[in-house]
Amino acid sequence: MSTTQNPLRVAWLCVLGLFAVLLVAGCGSSSDSGSSDEITSIGQTEGAVNLIAWAGYAEDGTTDPAYDWVTPFEKQTGCKVSTKTASTSDEMVKLMRTGQYDGVSASGDASVRLMAGGNVDAIDMSILSNYADINPSLKDQPYNTTDGKNYGMPHGWGANVLLYNADVVKPAPTSWGSVFDEQEAAKYKGKITAPDNPIYIADAAVYLKATQPDLGIDNPYELNDEQFNAAVDLLKAQNKNIGEYWADATKNISSYTNGDSVIGSSWQYQTSTLEADGQPVSSTLPEEGTTGWSDTWMLSNEAANPNCMLEWMNWMASPETQVQVAGWFGEAPANLKACAMDKDSKANCDTYHAEDQAYYDKIAFWQTPVSDCGDDGGSGGGSDCKTYDDWVQAWTEIKG
Amino acid sequence: MRLSPVSRNVLRLAVGDTLAFIYIPLFIILLYAMNPAQTLAWPPESLTLEWFPKAIQDQAARDALLNSLKVGAIATAFALILGTLASLAVARHRFFGRESVTFLVLIPIALPGIVTGIALNATFTQVLGMDLSLFTVIVAHATFCIVIVFNNAAARLRRMSTSLEDASADLGATPWTTFRRVTLPNMRSALVAGGLLAFALSFDEIVVTNFTIGVGEKTLPIYIFETLFRPNQPGKVYAVAVIAILLSMIPVYLATRLTRGEAATARGAGAAGATTGATN
Amino acid sequence: MAAEATVPAPRRSAGKRLADLFQGRPRLTVAALLAAPLGWLVIGYLGSLGVMLVASFWHLNELSGEVQQGFTFDNYTQLFTGDVYRTIALRTVGIAAAVTVTDAILAFPIAFFMAKVAKPSMRSLLVVAVLLPLWSSYLVKVGAWRLMLSQDGAINWALEPFGLHGPGFGTTAVWLVMAYIWLPYMIIPIYAGMERIPDSVLNASEDLGAKPLRTFRKVILPLTFPAVVAGSIFTFSLTLGDYITPANVGTKQFIGNLVYSNFVSNLPLAAAITTTPIAVMVIYLLVARRFGAFEHV
Repeated sequence: MSTTQNPLRVAWLCVLGLFAVLLVAGCGSSSDSGSSDEITSIGQTEGAVNLIAWAGYAEDGTTDPAYDWVTPFEKQTGCKVSTKTASTSDEMVKLMRTGQYDGVSASGDASVRLMAGGNVDAIDMSILSNYADINPSLKDQPYNTTDGKNYGMPHGWGANVLLYNADVVKPAPTSWGSVFDEQEAAKYKGKITAPDNPIYIADAAVYLKATQPDLGIDNPYELNDEQFNAAVDLLKAQNKNIGEYWADATKNISSYTNGDSVIGSSWQYQTSTLEADGQPVSSTLPEEGTTGWSDTWMLSNEAANPNCMLEWMNWMASPETQVQVAGWFGEAPANLKACAMDKDSKANCDTYHAEDQAYYDKIAFWQTPVSDCGDDGGSGGGSDCKTYDDWVQAWTEIKG
Repeated sequence: MRLSPVSRNVLRLAVGDTLAFIYIPLFIILLYAMNPAQTLAWPPESLTLEWFPKAIQDQAARDALLNSLKVGAIATAFALILGTLASLAVARHRFFGRESVTFLVLIPIALPGIVTGIALNATFTQVLGMDLSLFTVIVAHATFCIVIVFNNAAARLRRMSTSLEDASADLGATPWTTFRRVTLPNMRSALVAGGLLAFALSFDEIVVTNFTIGVGEKTLPIYIFETLFRPNQPGKVYAVAVIAILLSMIPVYLATRLTRGEAATARGAGAAGATTGATN
Repeated sequence: MAAEATVPAPRRSAGKRLADLFQGRPRLTVAALLAAPLGWLVIGYLGSLGVMLVASFWHLNELSGEVQQGFTFDNYTQLFTGDVYRTIALRTVGIAAAVTVTDAILAFPIAFFMAKVAKPSMRSLLVVAVLLPLWSSYLVKVGAWRLMLSQDGAINWALEPFGLHGPGFGTTAVWLVMAYIWLPYMIIPIYAGMERIPDSVLNASEDLGAKPLRTFRKVILPLTFPAVVAGSIFTFSLTLGDYITPANVGTKQFIGNLVYSNFVSNLPLAAAITTTPIAVMVIYLLVARRFGAFEHV
C-alpha cells in the first residue's frame, strides 16, 4: 500500500468545507410551530389516521379477536388506522415531533412537553360528544390543559403497582420497601425489576416521602437538590439488586414467565396478562401510595388527518370502546358510563377503582418535572427544582 | 498440509465445537418455531408445524418480506453501479487522493450502524425536510453496501491483467466497447458475489433501517422486531425466521455454483470469497 | 466510459463522440467515474456526520424539551465530567475487544481446516455452513439467546444436572451473544486470507523441517494477520454500536444504548456521544490500514 499521500487529509478537508455549508443549512432549517388556534369543528374525514399509542391502546383483533375497537371505527368513519406502538414517553414526544403522526395517547410526562413545545392543538372539547361523560377528576388537569385551553380527550388512568410472583415473594408485600429497602431488596437480588424510565425517580420520591418525612417531599415531580439526590442515591443503591430494567411491557411479562423477575413496579396490564396466562402473580398498591398515569389523546398541530383524529378521540371516549380498552389494558376508564354498561363493566371498574376517589387520591400522576416548583409549601416553592433534563441525566447514572 | 493424526483430530474437535456453537442456537430457534405454547418455556412440551402455514399466510410478514426484497434489490443495484464506478477509477487509474477513496467507501460500514442511522435520520428529516420512507432506507442501505461491491470489483480488477483491455483498445474498440466486451465479463462473478453479500447485509439490517424508515412501513427485520416479544403466537415469528433462512439457501447455493467455474482462473478464491466479498 | 454507462447513447456516433471526449484525458475519466460514488459519500454521508457534529453543540429547551439551535459546549462538558459516561465507554470498548479476540480464536481452527485441510466437497459444505447464519435474522438470534439465557431457559436446564448455573443476563451474556452473532464476519476473511497462501509456501516450510505448529506461527499467522484485522473491523465496530443485544441480555448500558435513548430524549447529547465511537473507529481503521487489512475486507 502506498504511503505517498495522506488520505485523511483529503477526506477531512472535504468534511471541513462541507461543515461550513451544513452549518448554514442546518441552522436555517428550524421548523416553525404550526398555528395554535383552537380547533372548533370537525370537518370531512380524510380516510386515514396515523397514531402513536401505548401497546394495547389500539387493538384491531390481531392479538385477541375478542378485543377489536379499531375495525368498527374504520367501518364507521372510513378512517384507516395505522398505529405506531411506542414504549416510552420520550419516544412518543420524539415521534410526535416528526410531524408524521396525527395524534398520540400521551401520558402526563409527555403531554406537558408537547403542549409547551406547541406540538399539539388546543381543542374546544364541546365538539366531541363523549367529553361530557368524562370523569370530572380527569378534566382540566395540568397534564391536559394549559392556560385554560384543553388539549385532548382523557383516555383512562391507572396506578403503577407492585407486581410480584406470589410463589417466591412471601409474605405478600405491602410496601415499596420490598424493592427499595436494602435488606428487603437483597432477598431478591438480581430478580428485582423496575421501569426503564427517568420518571421512575418519582417512585423513589414517593417512598422517601413516606419513610423520610424530614426531606419534606410533597410533590414527587417537584424535587429540590436535597430531595432529588436522596431519591437518586436510593435508586443507585437499588441498582445492585436490579436484574433488569424493563422498557417494554411484553418483555416485562416474559421476564416474570421465565423467572428472571419476581418483584417490581409494573402496570396492571402486566398483572392481568400474567394472571390470564395462569402465572402465580399478584399485584398491590403499596401503603406509601404510588405514581400513576392518566393518558390523553392529543392532536398533532401538523396532523395530515385532523378530522379522522378528532373522530378517533371521540370514538375512544365512547362508553363501548372504553369498556373494551379498560378491560383489555387493565385500567380505569375515563368515561364513567363505561362502568354502568353491564355487570362485567361494573366489576372491571371496581377492579381498577375507576369510581374510587380515595384510591385516585393515592396516585401522583406523571407530569414532566420542571424547574418551577409550583406554589405548594412542600418544596418551598421557588424555581430551584430539578428539570426533566436533570432527571434523564441522573437516570443514566443510576443505571450505570 | 501434512498434519499428525493427533493434531488433525484436535483440529477436527475444534472445528466440531465451533460448528456446534454456531448451530445449537439455530436448532433451538427451530424448536421455538415448533412450540405450540403461548409462552416459550423450556423445554417445549410438544412440537407442532402449525406455525409454518400461519407464518406463510401472515399478510404483515409477507408485506414486510416484499419490502425487504425491494429495498435489498434496489440498494444493491445502486451499490453495484457506484461501487463499480469507484473500483474502475481506483484500480485502473492513478490520481491524487486514490488511497482516500478506499478509506472513504469503507467508513459507512466501519462506523457503527447507530451512528450512520442517526446521522442520516438527522439529514433526511432536519436538513432536507424529507419524510422518511422506503426510499430513504434504500439510500441508507446503498451507502454502506458500496464498499462490498467496491472491494470485490477492485480486487478482481487488480488481479486482472490490463493486457486484454489494451489489446481491445489497440484493435480500435472504444472504451465503452472494451468495458462492455472485455472488462465487464471478467468482473461478472466478482460483481455477483459483491451484489449477493450487499443484498444479504441489507436484508438483515435493523439499526440503520430503524432510523430511516417511514411511518407504518416495515421491512422483515422491523416486523420481527415488533413481533418478537409479543406474548401472543410467539412461535410464528420464529417460523418466519426459519423460512427466511431456508429461502436464503437459494442465493447461497447459486453463488457457490456460479463461481465454481472460475475456481481455476481465480486460484481457489472459491465459493467463500465469491459469496462473501472476502476474495482478493 | 462511465459517463456512457449512465447515459446510454441513442446512436452509436454520439457514444463515439462521448468516448472521444475521454480519450487521452485520464483526469476527466477519473472525475467522471468518481463523481457519483464520491459525490454521495462525501456530500451525503460525511455531510450527515457533519450535521451530527453541528447538532452536538445544540441544547434542549427546558420546558418543551425541544432542540434549540445555538452553540454550547455543555454536552461535551457533561460527557467528560460524568463518570458514568467514561465507565460506559470503557465497558463498551472492552467488550468489543473481548468479542474480537474471542471470535479470532474461534475462527482460526475452522478457517484453517476449511482452507487447508478439508477436501473440496467438504470445503464447499463448510463454506455454506458458515455463511448460513449470516442470513438468519440477527434479531431472532438475539431473541433466542434471551430465552436461552433466562432463568428457566435452555442453558440453565442443560447445566442443572451438573450443579452449574448459566451466566444469566449481564455483561458476560452480552459478550457471549455478540461473539456468537459476529463470528461469521471473522471466519470468512480469515478463511479467504488462508486460502490465498499458496500450498507451496507451507510445503517449503515443512521441507525445511518446521513442525506444523512452527509453520503456523511463523508462516500462516503472519500471512493471515491482515485478514484477521479485516475481520476485526467488523466484529469490533458491530459490537461498539450495538444497542439491541445489551438491551435484551445485558443489565448495564453500552454506548449504543446511550446514543439510542438520547436520540429519543436529547438529540444534541446523542450527537455528542457519537463522537466517541467515531473517533475510536477512525483510529482503529488507520491502524488497520497499516496492517494492510483493507485489501481483505
